[in-house]
Amino acid sequence: MNSDRKTSRVQQEIDENLKRAYGDVTQQDVPDRFTQLLAQLKAAEGGKPAKDSDNA
Amino acid sequence: MPEIDTREPRDQLVDHLGAMRAFAMSLTGNSALADDMVQDALVKAWTKIGTFEKGTNLRAWLFTILRNTYYSHHRKARREVGDPDGTFSSNLAQKPDHDGRLQMRDFNAAFALLSDEQREALVLVGAEGFSYEEAAETCGVAVGTVKSRVNRARARLAELMGLGDDENLELTDRVTTGIVSAQRHAM
Repeated sequence: MNSDRKTSRVQQEIDENLKRAYGDVTQQDVPDRFTQLLAQLKAAEGGKPAKDSDNA
Repeated sequence: MPEIDTREPRDQLVDHLGAMRAFAMSLTGNSALADDMVQDALVKAWTKIGTFEKGTNLRAWLFTILRNTYYSHHRKARREVGDPDGTFSSNLAQKPDHDGRLQMRDFNAAFALLSDEQREALVLVGAEGFSYEEAAETCGVAVGTVKSRVNRARARLAELMGLGDDENLELTDRVTTGIVSAQRHAM
């Protein structure tokens, strides 16, 4: 019983650490190479939209 | 995310770059490899955007591509270069630790010891907040498999950080000191 409580507290600690580590990387500035890459891909596409089989 | 995004999926890719880097970093433990992986995955995603089903979870779709990239090309490289960054830790090592909580460093050291499968399941569910179903689909395994990987990952982390059995959390300072002094990534 006591150990169940402890288990969930441990899990909470783990998840907090995980979220902090993950969140820190997520929020770093994205290196320019990626935004540049997306711009290049877009330019190479000649501005035409992705092929889209939707009803749009 | 209650708002409906009307932009083309390709124009939404930019919103997921940070998460893609974090997920890649959690898999590789190495920022240079992680960024190479994200680059490959972005090109793939751009090219194959027609196979993305609009209205579904774009992030999950991107993560599927990322992990395929990892398992087919980069996993081997990770083993070869080891874990110089200590997973997430390069940018976190100097983080101060108030209130006696587990230090990030200990966590990273322990996290790096999980299997690839445990790490990705735990990140998707525990950090990214995917449902078990979404995580299962992203990893191409059954929901029950994801659940058990997450549970085993948590149990193993608790064990590695010395929180498993009769330890109580007040003792984490001792644990912290132990791991910090052994902080080289010898494995």
